[in-house]
Amino acid sequence: MSRIIYMDNNATTRMSDGVSQIMRDNLELYGNASSMHTLGRNANAGIEWARGMLSSLLGCGSGEIYFTSGASEANNTVFNTARELIDRGGQRNRIVTTTIEHPSIIETVKYLRGLGYRIDECPVDSTGMVRLDEMERLMGPDVLLVSVMTGNNETGTIQPVARVAQLAHGCGALMHSDATQAIGKIPVDVNALGLDYLSLSAHKFYGPKGVGALYARSGCPLSAFVHGGHQEKGYRAGTYNSVAIIGMGQAAREAGENLQQEHDALWSLRERLRLAIVENIPDVVINGNQEHCLPGTLNVSFPGAEGESILLYLDMEGIEVSTGSACATGSLEPSYVLLASGVPVELAHGSIRFSLGRFNTREDVDTVIEKLPGIIARVRSMSTRRS
Amino acid sequence: MENRSFMAQWVYTDTVKDHFMNPRNIWDEKEGWKADGVGEVGSLACGDQMRVGIQVADGKISDIRWLTYGCASAIASTSMMSELAKGMTLDEAYHLTPQMITDSLGGLPEHKFHCSVLGDKALRAAIDDYLEKTGQPNPYKGTIARIICECKGVTDVQIEELVKSGECLTFEALSAKTGCSTACGKCRGRIIELLEDYKHIYAKD
Repeated sequence: MSRIIYMDNNATTRMSDGVSQIMRDNLELYGNASSMHTLGRNANAGIEWARGMLSSLLGCGSGEIYFTSGASEANNTVFNTARELIDRGGQRNRIVTTTIEHPSIIETVKYLRGLGYRIDECPVDSTGMVRLDEMERLMGPDVLLVSVMTGNNETGTIQPVARVAQLAHGCGALMHSDATQAIGKIPVDVNALGLDYLSLSAHKFYGPKGVGALYARSGCPLSAFVHGGHQEKGYRAGTYNSVAIIGMGQAAREAGENLQQEHDALWSLRERLRLAIVENIPDVVINGNQEHCLPGTLNVSFPGAEGESILLYLDMEGIEVSTGSACATGSLEPSYVLLASGVPVELAHGSIRFSLGRFNTREDVDTVIEKLPGIIARVRSMSTRRS
Repeated sequence: MENRSFMAQWVYTDTVKDHFMNPRNIWDEKEGWKADGVGEVGSLACGDQMRVGIQVADGKISDIRWLTYGCASAIASTSMMSELAKGMTLDEAYHLTPQMITDSLGGLPEHKFHCSVLGDKALRAAIDDYLEKTGQPNPYKGTIARIICECKGVTDVQIEELVKSGECLTFEALSAKTGCSTACGKCRGRIIELLEDYKHIYAKD
């Protein structure tokens, strides 16, 4: 097989050369960063450097960054903090989030609801954007926490987080955003957005897997989710994964340095792909908000063609994408994000997400444009729904 | 140093891959192929739908065509079903089981088994349609019935027909209509399972 054309960057990214390099340089840095001796202090120096890189990227203080195993843990930590405040009998005992959050929030919501906690999920409009009128209606003096993702992983729709934060703060609630998909693609500044908490994951912006961070505004409540050590001021126990954290620091540094340039390059490739698909393939539907969209994400439905089949035929050509089809998930339900955004069931089954990244080229896009029409025609030709 | 990189197998078996990449007996409209009987099952809500056409000569399936809206294993299942059914007597074809399809494919993952269930249902529907169109008695319909509710003697075929016609789409409706699960009640779980399966297969768009 020739070169793999990787267009699944919202699932995960390849590490940048700079990240690989700094991790290789520090692979032998085996000291426990909590130890007082030289090797320990060296590891700690690397970790603190990374903390500084992340805090400059987010516009916060370095003391407000807590390292975690990823965004899922960061999200769980925030919801666990809210749970503890509720359990302690606080006046505020309701959480408001949305129908399109990452499973680490959606499933946490289901779990907490099962235990009797009050949680509301704000619906989204047909472009996958949170409905501010509904959000406003859901606010109240009993709301403790509002959590809305910055940009959606499937549709790419950028959420009006700053506006929601105003609503949340207007009724005295805390504001959290899972910014996992937005980091390195659009500006994410905790003060500009008005966030009290933010979650991120290194592997979505060319860093290593298994490491992420939680931003928690100084003075805002925070409870340990993993107990058992004094790391991260006692808020997150467990020996530091020094090499991965250093890699994340480098990824954050690169994200900050190249933000505008990277945004524009991704958007230009994405638009090239979108226009060519619309022009060369009959009967397609573009999902998500086309004005407020993460620059590399393109979600398209091909009526009459089922997503897993399209994905596997593309894979045979070395083109790697993802689908909202049920068949690919092992359930009988297609993507809940697309369904919540009002995408009809058949179109959700026939949806393909192209998520472009830093390493995609115009040639990659052109190869996809060359192969895709034939694959869609082929899948449709054997479909009961052929047009 | 030894290179220890990992390489995965394909998602499904090589036979599934072959039938996915080179599906047999696809119903190409340009071919002008005329079916003696057509059957369609599945629903887009569940992400798969199959249409099977058969030609019959001397009591045998002389030729077969199909279309499938579905995933790789649904496409491969229909393709394999068409190969197995071709040349079979109507009696043999009517008794073709999902197990025969999946065995011939070298197996399917557990959660993909329903794809092969659709294949044999579509074939059976096509045979029913052929017999009805040609005014022949249908000796098969009902022959593959299994008793599900022992107390009231309710069979899977009865349940299937009631769901297929849209008459009963809930457990309560089925129970009211047939009396199933109104005595000892131990079949309740199985009835609900069948109801969901048949709804999946026969639900209209």
